[in-house]
Amino acid sequence: MALREISVKEISDAVRDLCIKINYELSDDMQDLLKEAAKKETSELGCKVLETLQENLVVAREEQIPICQDTGMAVVFLEVGQDVHFVDGSIEEAVNDGVRRGYGEGFLRKSVVEDPIERTNTGDNTPAVIHYTIVSGDKVKVTVSPKGFGSENMSRVFMKKPADGMEGVKDAILTAVRDAGPNACPPMAVGVGVGGTFEKAAELSKEALAGIVSPYNRSWTDELEQEVLSEINASGIGPGGLGGKVTALSVNINTYPTHIAGLPVAVNICCHVNRHCRAVI
Amino acid sequence: MEKHLTLPLSENDIEELQIGDFVYLTGEMFVARDAAHKRLYELMQQGKALPIDLKDSCIYYMGPSPAREGRPIGSAGPTTATRMDKYAPAFLDAGQKIMIGKGKRSKEVMDAVVRNHAVYFAAVGGAGALLSKCITSSEIVCYEDLGAEAVRRISVEEFPVIVVADCHGGDLYARQTQ
Repeated sequence: MALREISVKEISDAVRDLCIKINYELSDDMQDLLKEAAKKETSELGCKVLETLQENLVVAREEQIPICQDTGMAVVFLEVGQDVHFVDGSIEEAVNDGVRRGYGEGFLRKSVVEDPIERTNTGDNTPAVIHYTIVSGDKVKVTVSPKGFGSENMSRVFMKKPADGMEGVKDAILTAVRDAGPNACPPMAVGVGVGGTFEKAAELSKEALAGIVSPYNRSWTDELEQEVLSEINASGIGPGGLGGKVTALSVNINTYPTHIAGLPVAVNICCHVNRHCRAVI
Repeated sequence: MEKHLTLPLSENDIEELQIGDFVYLTGEMFVARDAAHKRLYELMQQGKALPIDLKDSCIYYMGPSPAREGRPIGSAGPTTATRMDKYAPAFLDAGQKIMIGKGKRSKEVMDAVVRNHAVYFAAVGGAGALLSKCITSSEIVCYEDLGAEAVRRISVEEFPVIVVADCHGGDLYARQTQ
């Protein structure tokens, strides 16, 4: 099969546009979850918080003010067809240029520091965190998922034992959510990666938040997602951590084969502003 | 209980605040977060003068997105206050009365709230667009080189917050999950 040439400028423009779009308008899946959640809440402060968040989404869209001031560190997933040949420059530079233009032209906050200890702001929100996957075909799927750190800071990786089984997975998720409490701006979206290695589990959990579904085993995941969601919502943390029934909007689990000795569980926590959007080029 | 109060708060205002109260604040406050706290704290440690007056002050833990033309500020919701725990007791001991943020505080901070007759409010996390509409002016006071983390003075009108820690030792977050 012939190679398909794609200019990296096209990828750069897509990244720019997606960074801007998703910081002003949440994807439909998250908006629907928030609407549904509001119907279930009974606590007075909880209802008030959920109403405020819905009103906030309207103001953000109509008046072009970012949904949250933490417009995130740009996480970019590139699923690249193996028949693609990038031309016109470096793909990594193109993605970062897209982030730079998106955050500059889109009036988004520059939240990235050059070094974790010295902490000088890079001034343009670069570099992005880029995950590349090679897939079949001749297309490129670009997913942009800016991640805020109020919730990122509450995320965890647990190296459970095989003997811990399903209960161990559940315990890991509930522990992370309980510890996060009000810090992660509940209602939260919870992404979980089970299996692989230490870093693979973390990546799976991030993909789960971004709506990228792992092709591996799902025989027990749907049921566990619902079960854990109910338990999280019985914790009483509630919207804003101010008490109520709605602590999480969703739990999404991705799996991957793992080692005979291990059961890695990564829990990536996001607030309701779980931003992800994609373009296929 | 719902209250409408003007900044700076009086001793009596603070005395009467209780966890769970929904309060609308009007007046001036400072905006500062991690990097600015670190610098101010280091000045305090060295016994040097601060570029802002902490006496009876209110500090909103926040780093806004850039303002569009004709607007005072961009999106402007609270950041996690927990990260300021290392610095907050010293700030409260130096006269600060009000903290606005979101998230849990350490025992040291909760003790400093009671000791200094102060208050910790939460604003709704993730509602930055809506909260920005209560901000009528914003100017950088110092540390402009920190970008989004510069210290600002903002004016707010009817800015909505909830009492999470009051001067009587109440803790709203702890109450919810007991």
